[in-house]
Amino acid sequence: MMEMQEDPLYREIIIENWRNPANRGVVESPDFDVERDNPFCGDRIRMTGKIKDGRLTDIAFSGQGCAVSTAAASLLTEEIKGREIKDIQNLTEQDALSLLGVQLTPNRTKCALLAYRTLKDALKQID
Amino acid sequence: MSRWKADFPIFTHNPKLVYLDSAATSQKPQAVIDAVTRFYTESNANVHRGMYDLSERATEQFEAVRACVADFIGAESPDEVIFTCGATEAINLVAGGWVKKFLKRGDIIVVSQMEHHSNLLPWQQLQDLGVELFSLPLTEDCRLDYQVADRLDMSHVKLIALTHASNVLGTVNPITDIAKYFREHGADAKLLVDAAQSAPHLLDNVRSLGADFLAFSSHKLLGPSGVGVLYARKELLEAMDPAVFGSHMVARVDQKSSTWADVPAKFEPGTRNLEGVIGLGTALEYITSIGKDALHEHEETLIKAALDAFANMPDIQLFGPKTKENRLGIFSFNIPGVHPHDVADILNRYGIAVRAGHHCAQPLMQQLGVPGTVRASLYLYNTTADIEALVEGIASVKRTLGLA
Repeated sequence: MMEMQEDPLYREIIIENWRNPANRGVVESPDFDVERDNPFCGDRIRMTGKIKDGRLTDIAFSGQGCAVSTAAASLLTEEIKGREIKDIQNLTEQDALSLLGVQLTPNRTKCALLAYRTLKDALKQID
Repeated sequence: MSRWKADFPIFTHNPKLVYLDSAATSQKPQAVIDAVTRFYTESNANVHRGMYDLSERATEQFEAVRACVADFIGAESPDEVIFTCGATEAINLVAGGWVKKFLKRGDIIVVSQMEHHSNLLPWQQLQDLGVELFSLPLTEDCRLDYQVADRLDMSHVKLIALTHASNVLGTVNPITDIAKYFREHGADAKLLVDAAQSAPHLLDNVRSLGADFLAFSSHKLLGPSGVGVLYARKELLEAMDPAVFGSHMVARVDQKSSTWADVPAKFEPGTRNLEGVIGLGTALEYITSIGKDALHEHEETLIKAALDAFANMPDIQLFGPKTKENRLGIFSFNIPGVHPHDVADILNRYGIAVRAGHHCAQPLMQQLGVPGTVRASLYLYNTTADIEALVEGIASVKRTLGLA
């Protein structure tokens, strides 16, 4: 790969997780299956997952999104996979944003939080 | 190389700006900004109401713009010009005041797959009344496939409501030919032209277009935002009902009922955007002084340069006609595999302002099979240097994303 230009947003962590996202796909016979739109851009994320003994044993995301929302979904799902649900419930927006490690404008913050908000919907569904 | 760019102070204040979003809104020449300020400074009063000099003067200036709009679009009389708050409201007035009154269950409104939401949603709302929508499909080259007589009961077609030019594809539709085709195949239909995109470029004449209704916005045509125009032939305006109610639009008001004022007041309740109308008048004077020929020559140069540039970037997907005939300088594109918002965000680093998303044309996006596009749109202050900047910008996007 050629050397990339320095960009305040599109750092290596975003580019890598966008091009090779972790946990992309759909979990079979999931315990939750939720979808959420970002009305600003029409992006949509679907999140599916399995829970066993209070632990998130599997999670996957699919849908169309920009590099920021895709990278955020990749990093978030990696962060929470295998963890206890009650831990995951304590995750804040700031926790989700800090996984990306970049400064975001208000509009791109919406992109970055789409996966987090979809996860919150999922947690409500399994409550 | 735009002899008009210096008239637009936005470029003095933002010297590095490469503004490629005129299809969303145009920049304003100093003359328009001055006219708005001058109205507030020298002539501000409510119109049609005051018995004093200042109000008389404001009214004169306001009504002079109505005459100026009538001249600009080739209306028979200033009474055929209704000031609205935008093209959207203009179309809604026809939906609420004409279609609701005159169309019956089973009647058909013809639209197309390239409509902006503003020329689709007002008609969708009427489906509850049993009015049906028929949508003209697109050809491979993103033009309208309108020879649909075998697919449609023409005797039920009562309104053809089409965009003159697509805000996504840049396609200029042969609306006059389309209306003629429908009428020759038995439709007794009125033609509504959504001229929001075309009016700033083609300087339409409603009579040569054969438009029964035409809508456009001031803010895309160098004028202030918050003002639009509905043109309709006078007998249509007289026959249709008002759709928004309140002061000024009445002849007589009793406690339980009212009668309407004459056209155009019937459709202009409340106080209009006075300074906006004044600014629109100046915008029309400005564009008229440039003239159709000079404007078209400049835009044709830009369109050709842009099409050549896209032809030299075969990996970029361009949506819309690939030839300069019957198209505006609106270029929707995608870098395959890259979301439009990422492209727009990175272009912004280089001072390049483009639009990204569905452009209020979601049915068209579904048709094109994409969630959105990046859109670069041109106007008289753009130059071929702006197109070169876009080409370099696209290369930078690819480098930033590690694609080149």
